[in-house]
Amino acid sequence: MLVADHLTKDFGPRRAVDDVSFTLERGEVLGFLGPNGAGKTTTMRMLAGALEADEGRASIAGHDCVAARLEAQARLGYLPEGAPAYPAMSPRDFVAFSLRARGFSGDSLKRAATLALERANLGGYEHQPIGTLSKGYKRRAALAAAIAHDPQVLILDEPTDGLDPNQKDGVRQLIRDMAPDKAIIISTHILEEVPAVCSRAIVIARGRLLFDGSPRELAELAPERQIEAAFRQLTLAPAGDGNTPEAAA
Amino acid sequence: MIHTLWAIYRRELGAYFLTPLAYVFLAVFGFAAPAFAFHVGRFFDTNRADLAPMFDYLPWLLVILMPALAMRAWAEERDRGTLEFLMALPIPLWATAGGKFLAAWTMAALAIALTFPMWIAVNYLGEPDNAAIATAYLGTLLLAGAYLAVGQALSATTANQVVAFVLGAGAAFLLTMAGLPFVLSVLGASAPAAVTEFVAGLSALDHYNAFRNGVIGLADLVYFLGLIGICLTMGGALVSERRGGGR
Repeated sequence: MLVADHLTKDFGPRRAVDDVSFTLERGEVLGFLGPNGAGKTTTMRMLAGALEADEGRASIAGHDCVAARLEAQARLGYLPEGAPAYPAMSPRDFVAFSLRARGFSGDSLKRAATLALERANLGGYEHQPIGTLSKGYKRRAALAAAIAHDPQVLILDEPTDGLDPNQKDGVRQLIRDMAPDKAIIISTHILEEVPAVCSRAIVIARGRLLFDGSPRELAELAPERQIEAAFRQLTLAPAGDGNTPEAAA
Repeated sequence: MIHTLWAIYRRELGAYFLTPLAYVFLAVFGFAAPAFAFHVGRFFDTNRADLAPMFDYLPWLLVILMPALAMRAWAEERDRGTLEFLMALPIPLWATAGGKFLAAWTMAALAIALTFPMWIAVNYLGEPDNAAIATAYLGTLLLAGAYLAVGQALSATTANQVVAFVLGAGAAFLLTMAGLPFVLSVLGASAPAAVTEFVAGLSALDHYNAFRNGVIGLADLVYFLGLIGICLTMGGALVSERRGGGR
């Protein structure tokens, strides 16, 4: 469903993403883990067609994210880092804009927008300008726009950042509900989220993929059998110490 | 793919009216255009039933006000981070650039239409050549479009709307000045004739004046539509460059 094939991206002299490859199938929820500046967001932007790779390629449902960008993006729902949205628009208008850009109109647009706003739990705030909403509601408005067209692939960059514990739980439940018929990537700093929603985890640091496996396999890397400890062990280790995906798997 | 252009157009036009921008812009234009005609153009003193005093000064009003409309086109998207959201939608870049431009052009058309009391006044006071007035309005709309397109292209170079405005107004000013007799005479004294001719040909004012005099010339139409097309493409290319480039 989603393929990242030797993705590499440089920003000036700095290599942000270094030869990252993985594939994702329908029904999988992939936790994309790594410290700040590891290259998570850059990788997600390349998968979303918002940034072009210097080397390697990405595809969604068989459509190349650069050569057939529009076809790939039509099958993708993307929540960018920081959940950007137009502050003067209401969540309903924002979702409607996203749907209209994807060819929805009339009743089908109205139905899809209503369903997405319900699923993202916007409550009574769907007609209020996004700029006046709290961080959590703003994020949920952007999330509603990402899921409204029922995409085959979802890429969510820190979907629970800034949410209160109840809201976090709501978003996790939403991801679990959508999981069976989609391929989903979520990036997160919150490691407790990984066993709660992810069927698979990837750890990336300094632009390189260090681990690709199930959350349980990740936990088992550490003597304490805890994901936090395994994460620290992987990401704090000096580069090139043998913790390659092959070694970890 | 036309639905994508429509989606962007609707959003952009709505965005003007969701904030005070549209109302402030329309009020300023609706007030300033007649004020120029009355006070600077001495509308009543000409004793002629035409809108020449207004059309003489409209380009200078457009030099300031069109960049104010265009400055947000790309700069605001970059500043707010919504450019990434836009880039991840299945919308071709031409539709994004075109939708943004058409929305701003619609605002300009609304503002220009607000000068209609002047047109009613000259028709009340005398018998003006309404065909010539319509042609001059068409020229004004095309000139506004050219300034908007230039402003939109420059808006793609920065995430700061004030910088985008200053660049846009500067470029529109130069584009207008290029055709003034004193600029051409200064240039004619020091530069080869071919350069002077080239600069005169670039002048938006020259092409606007043809319309103002009631003539729709093919060369003038091509100039304005070509300039709009080139600038929108340049703006789109600058944004597209970011997709391939860094942050």
